[in-house]
Amino acid sequence: MSKPTVAVFKFSSCDGCQLTILNLEDELLDLVGIVEIAYFLEARRHTLPGPYDIALVEGSVTTPHEVERIQEIRKQAKTLIALGTCATAGGIQALRNSANLDDLALAVYEHPEYLHALPKSTPIAEHVKVDYELWGCPVNKYQLVEVIQALLQKRRPNLPTHSICLDCKRRGIVCVIVAQGVPCLGPATRTGCGVLCPANGRGCYGCFGPAPNEDMKTVIAALNPFERYPGEVRGLLTNISNNAPAFRQAAEMLEATPTQTTGGQK
Amino acid sequence: MNQDIHIPALARVEGEGALTIRLKDGAINEILLNIYEPPRFFEGFLHGRYFQDVPDITARICGICPVAYQMSSVQALEAALQVTISPEVRLLRQLLYCAEYIESHALHIYLLQAPDLVGYESAISLAVDFPDLVKQALRMKKIGNDLLKTIGGRSVHPVNTCVGGFYRWPAQDAIHALVPELEWTRQASIDTVKWAATLNYPDFEQDYEFVALNRIDEYAIYEGDILSSKGKRISPLEFEHHYLETHVERSNALHSHTVDNGTYFVGPLARLNLNYKKLRPIAREAARGIGLKLPLRNPYKGLIARAIELVHTSDLAIDLANAYQPQGPSYNEIKLRPGEGCGVSEAPRGLLYHRYVVDEQGLIRFARITPPTAQNFAQMEADLWALAPTVVNQPQEEASLSFEHLLRSYDPCISCATHFLKLNIERE
Repeated sequence: MSKPTVAVFKFSSCDGCQLTILNLEDELLDLVGIVEIAYFLEARRHTLPGPYDIALVEGSVTTPHEVERIQEIRKQAKTLIALGTCATAGGIQALRNSANLDDLALAVYEHPEYLHALPKSTPIAEHVKVDYELWGCPVNKYQLVEVIQALLQKRRPNLPTHSICLDCKRRGIVCVIVAQGVPCLGPATRTGCGVLCPANGRGCYGCFGPAPNEDMKTVIAALNPFERYPGEVRGLLTNISNNAPAFRQAAEMLEATPTQTTGGQK
Repeated sequence: MNQDIHIPALARVEGEGALTIRLKDGAINEILLNIYEPPRFFEGFLHGRYFQDVPDITARICGICPVAYQMSSVQALEAALQVTISPEVRLLRQLLYCAEYIESHALHIYLLQAPDLVGYESAISLAVDFPDLVKQALRMKKIGNDLLKTIGGRSVHPVNTCVGGFYRWPAQDAIHALVPELEWTRQASIDTVKWAATLNYPDFEQDYEFVALNRIDEYAIYEGDILSSKGKRISPLEFEHHYLETHVERSNALHSHTVDNGTYFVGPLARLNLNYKKLRPIAREAARGIGLKLPLRNPYKGLIARAIELVHTSDLAIDLANAYQPQGPSYNEIKLRPGEGCGVSEAPRGLLYHRYVVDEQGLIRFARITPPTAQNFAQMEADLWALAPTVVNQPQEEASLSFEHLLRSYDPCISCATHFLKLNIERE
């Protein structure tokens, strides 16, 4: 029986999620033993034509060419996995969605006519059906291995969706909001990173996107009094996962009702 | 070759580029290096952000060298805000940078470039015939990543760097625990230099202008003056007066050139040629061991320069890790004031320049970032032209591979090079 095929595709992104695959130093050679890496330009020159059993898609859709390309990839993929916060929410580059790209390009580019960019950066699921979403900037490599293993074993992947906040409690990490008065998106952010920011004494900035069903209104009301400078909480929401609907709507709520803060130094 | 070459997507590079070579009457008529990696407008959306967000956001320009983006940006902002950092912070930043060099150089040497030199399409195929070689590469890469993780929280987009220092000192025992693996890496790096000397590099040399950071007291990676092999030495503040960027058709990246419209070359070859004497003794010894003669003017031999830098950075990392002793605050408090500052460091693939203007509320009012690959594009195109006459008589597939290999030897990071806006069109 031939090995299942895996293809890795890049859209608008930093390459960091693809690199996460190459960072599976202990698992990589085992992985290529059980699956055929059929298309992975960052790693190999040799490519095989589709269809592919598993397509891993990094990056968001930001150009007319990418709009067409994702349709073609979907046709070739039995299972399509959106890899990382660019692919699941549009990424940091979705910050341009609220700006007028034409004005921006005309104002700053010497030759804007050379560019072929769409006004918005959008997630893969806005264009085609996505079978699994792996959040994170970058993704957690063990979550990636879990999804591939689950697909090969024909079972549902185990991808927890609780908030970072719960992880801190479980690991006994002192709450940065309570102990240091630092705004932290942990109560609203999906687990997966290993609570990196609170463990380093800083607030979470939401790389793994919103945890499902969190009450964002309560979260921002709770965080607002801790702002050290005006707009700090909004800055957390409009960071890596700015275009995830829950964060985007919460940021819009904050814009509609600006809060008074004393302003901070740090 | 008897027909045009069209490589729609370059493999084993970071980011997306294409290459078209057009023939006319049996000679090369046109060479098009098309950078179709989509623009992501980073400098645009830094505008109005709080300064402390900048190292987190600029890291996202590149998943391969996020530390370089963080290091150039925090130095630029510390200059703008007139913040000094403690000596302990500087040492830990150097250690963090060593970790990125180990990870990035091991990746490029073994997984991206070496397959071309030994006749494989990838390290995945190479691993079938030479499993131990690829396992060694992965182990080196892993120790770089482990060190990044120990200091920064994770290897891709570390979270611990801030303007003023680090959010928290990493645990001393966790850093010390990495020393045995770093010692293994140093030996593996020395072996890599010896192995690199056995490879058969294409015969191709050009008279380059090399540009790299330079310091009196160390092999400059974290900071320094900007030195050119033509003898010009400038401070980072003068960078934009001497090295200019232009927006080129067919490319979403800006291309740099010197003020007198020449091409220049940044990266490991430039650093090695300009700063050889500042290398750690063990790295110089490894270079002498293979009879290395400088200057190296063959871009393919960037691999040898990377291997020597692996010896240097792993040796330096051992000393820094052994000496690591967290003391005092991990960051300095910052008083807001309006200001402007620039920061330059050596990303694994070359010089990376940042400049910011900050207002009295700590918000970014201007950002300029000049990545290494944008500076090398013009040189890469010039090299393709210089290579073409020797390649034109090769069989089609071989010719195609020759052009690709040349581009890969630069370790181009196309993702980095593409995210930049030109904010000033008129210059003095």
